[in-house]
Amino acid sequence: MIKLPEPVEDVVVNLLRLANTKLPMDIGWALEAAAGWETNEIAYSQLGAIMDNVKKAEHIGRPMCQDTGIPVFYVRGRFDSTISDSIRAGLERATKEIPLRPNTVDPLTRENPGNNLGQGMPIIHFIPTADDFTEITVLPKGAGSENMTRLGMLNPADGEAGIKRFVIDAVLDAGGRPCPPSIVGVGIGGTSDVCVAMAKEALLQPIDEENDDPVLNRLEGELFQSLNSSGLGPMGLGGSTTVLAVRIKKAYCHTASLPVAVNIGCWATRRASAKISDSGVEYSQGVKL
Amino acid sequence: MITLPLDEKTARSLKLGETVYLSGPVVTGRDEMHLRAMSLPDESIPDDLKGAVLFHCGPIMSRRDDGSWAVIAAGPTTSARMNSVEAGFIRRFGIRAIIGKGGMSEEVSEAMRETGCVYLAATGGAAISLAEGLSKCKGCEWEDLGMAEAMWRFDTSRFGPFIVAMDSEGGSLYRNVTESLVRDY
Ligand code: SF4
Repeated sequence: MIKLPEPVEDVVVNLLRLANTKLPMDIGWALEAAAGWETNEIAYSQLGAIMDNVKKAEHIGRPMCQDTGIPVFYVRGRFDSTISDSIRAGLERATKEIPLRPNTVDPLTRENPGNNLGQGMPIIHFIPTADDFTEITVLPKGAGSENMTRLGMLNPADGEAGIKRFVIDAVLDAGGRPCPPSIVGVGIGGTSDVCVAMAKEALLQPIDEENDDPVLNRLEGELFQSLNSSGLGPMGLGGSTTVLAVRIKKAYCHTASLPVAVNIGCWATRRASAKISDSGVEYSQGVKL
Repeated sequence: MITLPLDEKTARSLKLGETVYLSGPVVTGRDEMHLRAMSLPDESIPDDLKGAVLFHCGPIMSRRDDGSWAVIAAGPTTSARMNSVEAGFIRRFGIRAIIGKGGMSEEVSEAMRETGCVYLAATGGAAISLAEGLSKCKGCEWEDLGMAEAMWRFDTSRFGPFIVAMDSEGGSLYRNVTESLVRDY
């Protein structure tokens, strides 16, 4: 068994607290910048209310949004099979201590166990690497934005234009439901399942960093421009701040396929990471898988 | 500032785009609460629901040592999920105002116009600021539905701000925005 400097259960409680009470700095800056250029009065008031709420939540140490979501975990580096149990224990404790809203229910009976657990929960993705640290990342995903997820198995002939149309329609058809201004996670390629997973992982990338891939970087910029010229605005009430960023991840796909997925992150795209090494635990809120 | 309960005349006087704050009784309700209430006969319906201001919200609540409830965070949930039941709900219970996010369907707008009800847009995710206006929790109905889905009763004071986003004349800011959306592919 791998010996860690701090019990994983405690690290998970800390991570959930950090993610839910403190908005990542890059998103806070993007909101401030948006408030600076927004000329629509209602839109400006919505951005102001969001920023005000973020400050209060951080100050009193409470979740910034009542929908503390379904926490999606990513575990990278070295780990053993006991880590799942520790994550579950940490989530159950955090639900009581922070507190988080008990969100998980049986999909058919809608029965709620009250502890954010249940069959298949929480969702944990494992990425084994040869590194000598364990990195645990959490992305609490609220339903307002998650429910707007779209997967399109486009035809290769649809090309870049088809991808853009698909993303723009997904964001604009969602309207005010996912609490815009949003961060738009896009997956291009892979198989259907991988494509949707990439769209969600894209939400973990800091929004003040350029995409390493020049083509994706250009596409992100173009989509950002058109979405913010759409007029949808914060909460779908009009204005020029519909998205704070577009983030894209890609993977190779079958020669006959062009999968595209959109996973919207609301303004409250919460994330936190802990890098656990022999020398201690380092927490951060800007991660790249 | 509007003092609740809301009467039809006041509801009908609210103008599209106007900012309002509320003080008085409010109840919460989401998907399951709507289904439960609609499945019950009139005599089993809590009085608070009649003519109510309905907040589409599943709050985070915490029980104090003395058994009373404290609100931790309470922002609006996506109203469109209730589109299919809301028109009937408004007509049956005489709902005067709905607080939510994202707006509702044309069918709901029509029921609002008919009965004199408005839709108030709260800033989605502003759960701490909005909870400040929920001055007292007066308990909950249908607790078996779970914390998010139960019907919570609150006294509010300077609760808001909200924007009148659908008025009782059939006007809707969401419709206005949607109709003029620019899709620059
Ligand atoms: S979409 Fe995001 S900000 Fe809006 S209610 Fe859900 S979790 Fe909160």
